[in-house]
Amino acid sequence: MRRAAALLLFAALAASATGKEAAPAAADPVLEKRVMALAEELRCLVCQNQTLADSNAPLAEDLRNQVREKMRAGKSDREVVDFLVERYGDFVLYRPPLKATTILLWFGPLLLLAAGFAVMLRRVRLRRESGEAEVTDADRKRAAELLASGDPK
Amino acid sequence: MTRFAIPIAIFVALLALLGIGLKLDPREVPSPLIGKPAPHFELPELHQAARTFSERDMLGKVWVLNVWASWCVSCREEHPVLLDLAASGAVPVYGLNYKDRREDGLAWLKGMGDPYKISIFDFDGRVGIDYGVYGVPETYVIDKSGIIRYKRIGPLTPEIVKEKLLPLVRELDRA
Repeated sequence: MRRAAALLLFAALAASATGKEAAPAAADPVLEKRVMALAEELRCLVCQNQTLADSNAPLAEDLRNQVREKMRAGKSDREVVDFLVERYGDFVLYRPPLKATTILLWFGPLLLLAAGFAVMLRRVRLRRESGEAEVTDADRKRAAELLASGDPK
Repeated sequence: MTRFAIPIAIFVALLALLGIGLKLDPREVPSPLIGKPAPHFELPELHQAARTFSERDMLGKVWVLNVWASWCVSCREEHPVLLDLAASGAVPVYGLNYKDRREDGLAWLKGMGDPYKISIFDFDGRVGIDYGVYGVPETYVIDKSGIIRYKRIGPLTPEIVKEKLLPLVRELDRA
């Protein structure tokens, strides 16, 4: 009996937990899909590490409504995004645009990689010049002997 | 020991960068609206729903638009600063009551004092979206030709008013 009650409670909790996600699907599932797909690409400004699609903040809800309305009015994804960028800046975009101020953001990691590679190349070359890793004839001879002696038990 | 000089230098530089990063406020999103015309609105007033107010009514004047709500905790903290600013007469302060209930907004002003020449009533937050509002309170300084010159996200403090807002208003008034 108690177990059944607990189960029921758990089920109710689980249902309410899933019920919280995103806005209720409006009458038009195709439109709703488009809204949510775009909302995945946009940042909620209140809880900054969530997308507009994930967030339950009232502002996120308002913005989703705006997106839905604009799409219903026949606006393209591009136009809806521009509308938001005009008001909230590039920050609403999860993928920052490529422009002069974001060049370092886009190519910084590549630059670091190249720098690391350059350092490594230089080290390898230095080591080679210093002869540290040179294999001498004596080494070769010893290696050959070890190999010929067969299975060392 | 010189072989460690470069790694240590890199490490120190990284520490310095991280230190600066700690001091930055990620909530301060630079507004794309600075230097642009204030978005148009025509909204009912909070006190008299039958009357409307538009940003166009303010052309030719330097003014401050403050976004507030009775449910907003930081607005409470900011309120005395706004009362002082309004009382100083340095610049007219207008309010945008954001996503509030009319009776709550009115009760709030009655209880705490009303610094606003007029408060407008943005029930569904649409004008808020046009102004890029995402964290109430927010404050805008708008110049004589209706261009947004300054935006503050978060509560105004006496320091900000004295060091940023008032000098800017004086400069714009002269223009």
